Amino acid sequence: MRAAIRNLAAVACVGALLTACSSGNGTTPDATQSGSASADPNEKVTLTVATFNEFGYEELFEEYMADNPNVTIEARKAATSNEARDNMNTRLAAGSGLADIEAIEIDWLTELMQYPDKFVDLADSELDGRWLEWKSAAVTTEDGKVIGYGTDIGPEAICYRADLFEKAGFPTDREEVADLLEGDWDTYFNVGKDFVAKSGGVAWFDSASATFQGMVNQVENPFENSDGTPIPLSENDEIKAIYDDIATAATDDNLSAGLAQWSEDWTNAFQTDKFATMLCPGWMLGVIEGNAQGVEGWDIANVFPGGGGNWGGSYLTVPEQGANHEQAKKLAAWLTAPEQQIKAFQAKGTFPSQVEALEDPALLDQTNAFFNDAPTGQILAERAKAIEVAPFKGPNYFALAQLVTDALNRLDVEGTDDAAGSWDKALEAYNALGLS
Amino acid sequence: MNQQLTRSQRLSRLDVKASPYLYISPFFILFFIVGLFPLVYTAWVSVHDWHLIGGQGEMVGLTNYIDVLQQPNFFKALRNTFSIFLLSSVPQVLAAIVIAYLLDTNLRAKTFWRMGVLLPYVVAPVAVSLIFAKIFADQSGLVNAVLEILGTSPIGWHADPFAAHVAIATMVNFRWTGYNALIFLAAMQAIPREIYEAAIIDGANRWRTFFSVTVPMLRPTIIFVVITSTIGGLQIFDEPRMFDTLGQGGADRQWMTLTMYIYELGWGAQKSFGRAAAVSWLLFLIIIAVGVINFLITRSIASSSSGKAGR
Repeated sequence: MRAAIRNLAAVACVGALLTACSSGNGTTPDATQSGSASADPNEKVTLTVATFNEFGYEELFEEYMADNPNVTIEARKAATSNEARDNMNTRLAAGSGLADIEAIEIDWLTELMQYPDKFVDLADSELDGRWLEWKSAAVTTEDGKVIGYGTDIGPEAICYRADLFEKAGFPTDREEVADLLEGDWDTYFNVGKDFVAKSGGVAWFDSASATFQGMVNQVENPFENSDGTPIPLSENDEIKAIYDDIATAATDDNLSAGLAQWSEDWTNAFQTDKFATMLCPGWMLGVIEGNAQGVEGWDIANVFPGGGGNWGGSYLTVPEQGANHEQAKKLAAWLTAPEQQIKAFQAKGTFPSQVEALEDPALLDQTNAFFNDAPTGQILAERAKAIEVAPFKGPNYFALAQLVTDALNRLDVEGTDDAAGSWDKALEAYNALGLS
Repeated sequence: MNQQLTRSQRLSRLDVKASPYLYISPFFILFFIVGLFPLVYTAWVSVHDWHLIGGQGEMVGLTNYIDVLQQPNFFKALRNTFSIFLLSSVPQVLAAIVIAYLLDTNLRAKTFWRMGVLLPYVVAPVAVSLIFAKIFADQSGLVNAVLEILGTSPIGWHADPFAAHVAIATMVNFRWTGYNALIFLAAMQAIPREIYEAAIIDGANRWRTFFSVTVPMLRPTIIFVVITSTIGGLQIFDEPRMFDTLGQGGADRQWMTLTMYIYELGWGAQKSFGRAAAVSWLLFLIIIAVGVINFLITRSIASSSSGKAGR
């Protein structure tokens, strides 16, 4: 009899393991909630909102829940945009597990635009004209489906070290610096040559690949034709010209500090006076302040080579796989309204993409003590209006931009190849992608 | 009464026959679900056009394997993986045996030293990478600062493939040497002391006893450690991925390993699960081949030296 009990116990144990395993594969609690078809506005719902870095939404969630007692918001936050992208891709592939509202970044938005069916159509005539034209155009498919609501943008200015400028005998006042740099990229590089000749070892900019980001964001069709087909890299004269310009500036003219952005060396370089200027989207201000703590002299000039440029910025989407489409859409629309984005800007400095918000006194009056009390709100609002080109970023933008970034890093940061050799490797890598 | 007895006899016979299988079954059931099934499924994926988000496409036969074998990055990844593997596993096993031997001698505060060598193992690999990133930074790192003081030119830890491999192998060794040392230590303590005494009486010195008694007696453990470190070494991912912030193994893929290559194929630019699965299978076959070679080598080395000891 004891033997029988032992056997039973063993069977039960196996059984328990199996159930434990199968329940692990089961649906998540919020996915099992009643569907959205019968959208009762007062129905109790739990909405999950997934963001990354800092969106500045924490207090807004509290506010929304207070106004809508039937809604409970659960926030998920990834540390970096790349992490969020991996999570997004994996769960889109799996068909479950995404939050009701998912934040996505402009650089990988284009990959997802290939699968509009995976997202709820957020088009709403009431919201027409809420965003800057190019911001909303990027999330609208050809047949008019809108897959995301814009949150923030990254209008670019030039940040510079006034103290290092002074040592090199350059003007330090932000208006004068803006006048000095007014012009195209050649002007920026030429002033850089002049600076490097007098600076005693301080480089002009931090990184060739970061400068490339700034230049490529002014090209109408950087890597792909408007129908989404890739331009073979070997025939892409425009990008090759940009590459050659930066390569010359970085290596022959020694304008670059040879740092890869976000690397250990780059972070430390803020403390050791390695470079004097950098391209500066709105969200970069907080990064500089963090890395350059204790360094005095940073300032920001209302100028950008070649006009305006945008670097980064995000959207809120409602994935099709979620259960509460209507409620999620309502919350996403509320979060991205100008009033709310102004509050997010005040909380975390994310620069709003809404037309109305750009006129808001709360934004225009913003100054930044670290940047010598510069009127950052005003400067960035003007930089936002100077943006003319919204580059077409097709399904392969991320991959193709990476090829050229790698090529620039090879010669700028690692010094493993010269400009021509590194470009050849990029062409080789392009062929490995097997796009054409 | 009689019948009941037979039933319980039958039960007990069944118990003897079936129970062992039942007891080990949880492992095998789990293995089938999380081990064998993915293995076979990966083979299935590898012969298809399979997109990360788009999902399953057409059956393409061995095209994925051919595509991958034509990409120069595959061979770069293969080179890097083996280079890092050799730079980590070989010194690691040798150092672990020596450390274990030292720990086996009559030390004061034994437990302190033994716990001490295990400490690096407790640190998460990602944390190890963050610390070593500061040590091996090209312009602002500790090692290059010391080299500069000594008057030698700094080393491009993130530029030169071999330097990068050394730096990554250092992280691996830092983490795993102590762990392997403890395994060797346990095996050493199981060696009967009489054999040492006999060797000493025969006039063998410390070196002689180490090479002629300790090492041959450790043979099964050496095989075990070599095979586990082969499997781990060829699958190395965390340390090289965290070696810089971009995590793609360098702009020229100087330290991209095969597992990172799989990740890049599946989730990076190409988003091709088919190709990623093909590389996974190639890696699987490589590990088996290297494992078998290592097994044969370690067996012959250990047995030839044990033959010497017998003489």
